[in-house]
Amino acid sequence: MLPHIPTSPWLRTLYAAYIGAFFLYLALPLAVVSAFAFNDSNFPALPWQGFTLDWFIGNAAPRIGVFNDGAILKAIGTSALVSVWVAGLAVLVATTNAFLFERYAFPLKSVLYVVMLLPLVVPGIILGISILVFSSRIANFAQGELGLRINALRPGLPLVVLGQFSFIATMATLVISARLRKFDRSLEEAALNLGATPWQAIRHVTLPYLMPAMVAAGLVSILMSFENFNTTLMLVGSDAPLTVTMFDRLKQGSTPVLNAVSLLLMAASSLLALLVILFQRGARR
Amino acid sequence: MTAAPPDLECRAVTKAFADFVAVRGVDFSVPAGSFFSILGPSGCGKTTLLRMIAGFADPSSGEILIKGRSMREVPPNRRPVNMVFQHLALFPMMSVGENVAFGLRRRKVMPAEITRRVEDVLARVGLAGMSGRRIEQLSGGQKQRVAIARCMVLEPDVLLLDEPLGALDLKLREHMKVELKKLQSEFRTTFVYITHDQSEALVMSDTVAVMNHGVFEQVGSPRDLYFQPATAFVAGFVGDANRWQGRVEALSGNAVSIRTEDGLVLRAHAADGALAASDAVAVFVRPEAITLSREPAAMLGLDTGIAATITGILFNGANSRALVKVAGQREFEVAIPQTGAFAGLSVGDVVHLGWRADQARAYRAPRP
Amino acid sequence: MTASPAIRRITLALLLAPLMLWLGLLVVIPHIDMLLLSFTEKTGVRQYQPGLANYRTFFVEPVYWTIFLRTALMSILATLLTLVIGFPVAYFIAKLARGRSKAFLFLLCLVPFWVSELVRTFGWMILLRETGLVSGALQALGLVSGPVELLYNDAAIMVGLVYTSMLFMVVPLITALDSLDDSFIEAGYDLGGSGWSILREIVIPHAMPGIVSGSIVVFMLSLGNYLTPVLLGGKDSLWFTGAIYTQFITRFNWEQGAAFGMLLLVLSSLIVWLGLKLSGQTLSRTVG
Repeated sequence: MLPHIPTSPWLRTLYAAYIGAFFLYLALPLAVVSAFAFNDSNFPALPWQGFTLDWFIGNAAPRIGVFNDGAILKAIGTSALVSVWVAGLAVLVATTNAFLFERYAFPLKSVLYVVMLLPLVVPGIILGISILVFSSRIANFAQGELGLRINALRPGLPLVVLGQFSFIATMATLVISARLRKFDRSLEEAALNLGATPWQAIRHVTLPYLMPAMVAAGLVSILMSFENFNTTLMLVGSDAPLTVTMFDRLKQGSTPVLNAVSLLLMAASSLLALLVILFQRGARR
Repeated sequence: MTAAPPDLECRAVTKAFADFVAVRGVDFSVPAGSFFSILGPSGCGKTTLLRMIAGFADPSSGEILIKGRSMREVPPNRRPVNMVFQHLALFPMMSVGENVAFGLRRRKVMPAEITRRVEDVLARVGLAGMSGRRIEQLSGGQKQRVAIARCMVLEPDVLLLDEPLGALDLKLREHMKVELKKLQSEFRTTFVYITHDQSEALVMSDTVAVMNHGVFEQVGSPRDLYFQPATAFVAGFVGDANRWQGRVEALSGNAVSIRTEDGLVLRAHAADGALAASDAVAVFVRPEAITLSREPAAMLGLDTGIAATITGILFNGANSRALVKVAGQREFEVAIPQTGAFAGLSVGDVVHLGWRADQARAYRAPRP
Repeated sequence: MTASPAIRRITLALLLAPLMLWLGLLVVIPHIDMLLLSFTEKTGVRQYQPGLANYRTFFVEPVYWTIFLRTALMSILATLLTLVIGFPVAYFIAKLARGRSKAFLFLLCLVPFWVSELVRTFGWMILLRETGLVSGALQALGLVSGPVELLYNDAAIMVGLVYTSMLFMVVPLITALDSLDDSFIEAGYDLGGSGWSILREIVIPHAMPGIVSGSIVVFMLSLGNYLTPVLLGGKDSLWFTGAIYTQFITRFNWEQGAAFGMLLLVLSSLIVWLGLKLSGQTLSRTVG
């Protein structure tokens, strides 16, 4: 079927209806979550009790809004801290990886490339437990044999950062490598020809060219870090990031304050995603 | 007894899009078994016209008939035409044989019969025994032949070809021109070929239609187009020509005397109907129609004769040209006959040039 | 570039270092360690010895391998459903929509996935629970007489899995179908093909790389999913990741948990490998 090939009208209508239904299916849960953030009721459920902003700004129990809910605010702060670390590390390592895989030949390159891709096809929960197992073994060894207490290797934020980094770095490497692959090497040669040192050529010509991809990779990393649940769940200590905090609340039975958080999350990630798109549009030039 | 209807007939076919008209009232018919080309620059509407014949676009008005049967409301998969696509569109997921068999399988032909007919048509295009090959293993010329075989096995009334030689390199293209012509006369199928390359059209076709801005400027044999271009566009588009702008100074019948903008006076043939004194005209003279000589006497008997200075030599084997200039006027090109007589020709030489009035064709200049 | 061999070697080493640290310390060694741990038996307090006890438990206790099998089969079903639901949408966006509406629809497909999986699942809980919107709508239409609980069953898990995986199916499908030039479809029609035969012989074979990579990712995500089964399936969701979580966090039996983890990893890798083999793809081309 193509737009200009004659097709029976009822088939076309049926197809269009299916597409409509599909997008309704996509939108429905999100619309519902958003709508119930404003329901004047203690449960995110029918019946609709009228409009309220309590779940954002309320400050009396049981209606403590997001902006007055200490635990949630703290979790948002934790998530932000984790995501910045993850994004920073991921972009750094991804950039060196991109140069390594695009510019150098070395033994076992293709094997390493496949290993580099693996974190994307290993279930997140397994990445989490394997890192947990390994870090605990080192920590136990350090404590037992050397008498050192290394808290960073016990469940907690440093491990969460490492766990998330372990697969987000792959995604960032793919994004930045793709951009470096399109780079015209003759621009660097021109810089060298005009008297730049190899490092200056990279610093002033190649890195600015890569910048849109690096920013996009960083933003996507932040997004992925904020959303991550499986790996985080296995590595989390006492300071829980937002998704884990929300999960615990959900299991206890939720109040519409979770809808309010979700709505804010959606707004923030849409904004971030918009930024990614803008930067990638910049990258296409 | 009535004559058999032409294989393809277009009646006042028009295709209008929201913001422009791609094809404007095109009329033509193609007799059975002939090679018909539509020649025009890109954007002239030839692709749209071809896609309407294939059924991928509907005419806004007018009618397309194949073997006398109207194609209105007939979807592309039911039309007795097949098409060789610009980039061939050979299915990469199928072997050569499966590509050729695709249409036969759609017609529910028996498997044994399919195998026989596929082998048969592959043999006819010189690819016997290649049916197991993958498409990407073929050379450019072999792919062309598979694309043709894939259509010819269905025995279409008309085969449409959408600039299939465009992607080939020059040498192969020259070779495929001859080959396509041979295949066409062998299969005796009507070919409708669109191209922007005049040499493809002139070499292969029985009839060529020159298309520009959605209309046919001229339909005729390759010779007609070359020797008797009907419009200024055809004169400029088919073959090479020197072009002057000027005004009619005097005329008698179709013989006109013209003074160009920079003062050259020449005699010409009014090619598109009667002109009147002081009409603005464009005059075309082919470089190869100009007689070149070192002796002024050689110009006797020619209607226009001038002396000019060589300003440049463009050596290109059989197509070598001299750039010549009359003081105070523009440069123009003259073919250098490669008989050896002009081997020593060099810049600064004074030469004598002349041509017969009927070699200079004057057309009313388009209104500015 | 014209750097001396020595400098080139040093640069190579500097670039290799972060890669090796990352892959070595966070990917390869931890998995080997987990493998070793899974072959360790606990014989007493702080007493361990190598052995197969953890794997024996898995095969002896029907509850574990039932959950394992169930997780695998439901993940396959979720993958098929996602493919069947997503393919027409991908085709529509890639081949039928044009210009701006195409970009818009594509963006619309992505939107739900900028939002955390938790939020999406929460949305389905609000829709499907007893006091939820679907139940309310059914009552309003008079189809049911009282509130119906649509949550905490396999169908709810399936709805959630399909929803959550949709993007990872639709995007590779769109990419694959987008690269199918219209002229191939036109040639199919021109040679007498019908919509159905063109779909079967031209469109689907061409889209195969996209179908495979989409299916692999969706299967892997479903298999490794924890949130959706727990939240939409309730306590009896019986998902294998739940069993792993229980061993690690609730029972603190890491050796058993590691064995379960290895089993899940082996299954997941096996299916990925099988998918790649069957379609003649490679991991680098599928993911990279």
